[in-house]
Amino acid sequence: MASITTDGVAGGRLAADDYARNFADLSPPLTRHEAFVESERCYFCYDAPCVRSCPTGIDIPLFIRQIAKDNALGAADTILSANIMGGMCARVCPTEQLCEEACVREHAEGKPVRIGSLQRHATDAMMAASAEAGTHPFTRAPSSGRSVAVVGAGPSGLAAAHRLAMLGHAVTLYDGRPKPGGLNEYGIAAYKTPAGFAQAEVDFILGIGGIDLRPGFRLGRDIDLATLRDRHDAVFLGLGLAGVNALDGMGGRRNVVDALGFIEGLRQAPDKAAVPVGRRVVVIGGGMTAVDAAVQARRLGAEQVTIAYRRGAADMKASRWEQDLAKTDGVVIRHWMTPTGFDDRDGAVSAVRFVHRLPGSGAAEEVAMPADLVLCAIGQTFVGDALGGVALGGGTLALDGGRIRVDGDRRTTLPGVWAGGDCVAGGPDLTVSAVEDGKRAALAIDAHLRAQDTALPGAA
Amino acid sequence: MADLRSDFLGIRSPNPFWLASAPPTDRKTNVLRAFRAGWGGVVWKTLGEEGPPVVNVSGPRYGAIHGPDRRLMGFNNIELITDRPLEVNLREMAEVKKLHPDRALVASVMVPCDEDSWRRILPRVEATGCDGVELNFGCPHGMSERGMGSAVGQVPEYIEMVARWCKAFTRMPVIVKLTPNITDIRQPARAAKRGGADAVSLINTINSIVAVDLDRMAPSPHVGGKGTHGGYCGPAVKPIALSMTSEIARDPATRGMPISAIGGITTWRDAAEFIALGAGTVQVCTAAMTYGFKVVEEMVSGLSTWMDAKGYRGIEDFRGMAVPNVTDWQFLDLNYVAKARIDQDLCISCGRCHIACEDTSHQAITATVDGRRRFVVKDEDCVGCNLCVEICPVENCITLEHRTAGADPRTGMDYDRPYANWTTHPNNPAAVRNAAE
Repeated sequence: MASITTDGVAGGRLAADDYARNFADLSPPLTRHEAFVESERCYFCYDAPCVRSCPTGIDIPLFIRQIAKDNALGAADTILSANIMGGMCARVCPTEQLCEEACVREHAEGKPVRIGSLQRHATDAMMAASAEAGTHPFTRAPSSGRSVAVVGAGPSGLAAAHRLAMLGHAVTLYDGRPKPGGLNEYGIAAYKTPAGFAQAEVDFILGIGGIDLRPGFRLGRDIDLATLRDRHDAVFLGLGLAGVNALDGMGGRRNVVDALGFIEGLRQAPDKAAVPVGRRVVVIGGGMTAVDAAVQARRLGAEQVTIAYRRGAADMKASRWEQDLAKTDGVVIRHWMTPTGFDDRDGAVSAVRFVHRLPGSGAAEEVAMPADLVLCAIGQTFVGDALGGVALGGGTLALDGGRIRVDGDRRTTLPGVWAGGDCVAGGPDLTVSAVEDGKRAALAIDAHLRAQDTALPGAA
Repeated sequence: MADLRSDFLGIRSPNPFWLASAPPTDRKTNVLRAFRAGWGGVVWKTLGEEGPPVVNVSGPRYGAIHGPDRRLMGFNNIELITDRPLEVNLREMAEVKKLHPDRALVASVMVPCDEDSWRRILPRVEATGCDGVELNFGCPHGMSERGMGSAVGQVPEYIEMVARWCKAFTRMPVIVKLTPNITDIRQPARAAKRGGADAVSLINTINSIVAVDLDRMAPSPHVGGKGTHGGYCGPAVKPIALSMTSEIARDPATRGMPISAIGGITTWRDAAEFIALGAGTVQVCTAAMTYGFKVVEEMVSGLSTWMDAKGYRGIEDFRGMAVPNVTDWQFLDLNYVAKARIDQDLCISCGRCHIACEDTSHQAITATVDGRRRFVVKDEDCVGCNLCVEICPVENCITLEHRTAGADPRTGMDYDRPYANWTTHPNNPAAVRNAAE
């Protein structure tokens, strides 16, 4: 029986209730009364700054007023009309950098309206009502007779598919993995989306109908882009970032793994006690994934967890709220640590070597940080180089910095092909921006298809 | 230290805070608790005729309007007068007065509108040793259907008649409690005075239905699926009570008549405002029913602190001081110009002032200046209406400033013009002209 002081990598370090508690909802939902009180704090601003800072442009003052007036379903309608993944965004959006940072009450008193929690209150109510009644809040327009391929059932693909279905198009939604949801299902900390929420949300989104989901169908392996373009009237690529960056010397070394793989294993494990974790864990990186991995390692019973980041606190892509969460959970965050190699013992990693150098100071110090599990969260890459530069039917799919180049409508350089989410260049790699990409691309695809065929209903 | 003692018609109390005739004053237990908590006096829950007492519903008697966080803003009741036997109430009143001779004890009375009924009950009330009677001509529900309460208060002739009987049948001071469910509060007050009443108290509750249950399609709360109007009170009615109090205080026919003010008094400031409009005592019910008797501690302390700060030694030092400043619209100075100003340091950029003015008033507040979100008053359009001041969520962020120097860019006229009102305005067809014209 392992405990938190067991050396090496082991599961079952905690009691059963500890796992249940540690992986329960991080921020429990507001009660009905709490939602009323919180919603009354909203000033219903004119041209509200929160709306401007929401990538999907949700009418936040309106939905909050709807909650305040006991109309949670109307609030959800407001939210979901702009962002069909409003439920997940309520859980994972870095609201303190978006809507809540812009809230005038943040400006006035350092205490913004809890927009994320209120959004969850409304969307939870809608999802519960829809599940109970077996209905969906949106209806499909009359069939356009057109078909669109959406590749990738992550946030951008699901958003695109939903909007396209709403607009009357037949959608085929391909995804390489066994379950849809993308990072929502495989790449986010379990306590942010417990109780199967990611799949419940996918079911809710697909509830509109007209979306033919094809899981386990990978672009490049099971089908290629040329075929998709032939078979469908338009294609949306929401491929995500399938590759993970690696450190030199990682390959083949036992107990040095990529953090996303660790999170995926944990998310998919029905029994968290079965997920092995080290006594001393070092997480290399400074983004949301680093924090999700580090906090979950602690919650699995790791005794010491350190996030080692090569730059300073202000440079970390993890939000301040995420950093605070890590610290509260007992994770130590060390800055200005550049990894240089690993030490082994008995064929498994025993320490990570760093050079610690403060900015502006020439002095560098070598640090060997003991570790029996190393999680690398140093970024992901777009694996689609094979698509880039390939001439296809009168165009090529151009890349920018290794990701797909798109215009404001999320149109790629390849005719009939749109793209969105993490796989496109220039985005902030957030769920909410991926949803906006999918929505915009769907609207652009719809406009494109209607312009092609003036016989379609609604064509200009 | 301010002296809060009150002398109202010779009825002395250590402070002007009385509990109004209502559920909190229905029995000895409650009244003793109230006196221990510090209330200056009570008006005992309304006594009815001898005989079988009235019967209340056994379903909900109360309804309410709530603000944010379920803060009670308005309160509604359909409770009748005391449903305990007359002799029990009289006995307990006598016991309470004996235990607390320093506190005011006034009996509220409601009996049918005939002389004998009043002749029978008043001596028995007087025998308790209480300090006065308050004639309940106000309750708008239940008893009014039986020709009592507001059914009397809505007919000045009845008020005058009953007041006269009462003055004849008792040596106690007689206070007439007025219903606000009329068009001109001065009429019943004048009738009370003509009948010889010593004082008026106001306002009783306002006819109200607080909500409709949209599932049952019935008033809410309901009694077995049916509802009736009740009497509305609590913080929401205070402005109505202030206005009615001021009307009586400044009416030449009733000027100087003692007033015991009632209507949404919840804090020391509410009390001070009523006293400034001429009230000699204030009566409280909803605040006590919401928070318990302890609220009087805040009222006493707050009034005392404020009086000390202002240098008022006693209630009479400021009582009625605001009355001369209540006037008719026609006498307001039409040459007084005020304009809103937004303190940019306090502004949190919610933009509510802009959209309120833009959508519903005079388009006098910017949304952007030089392309940036910024809310500034445009003097050339501002009429000084005060809307932005009232809807701004930040205290003192927007203020109305009296303009005295220069010219008003909206009208082109000098700010500094002498007082002039509607009675002499050229646009007034009925304007008073100079004799020479």
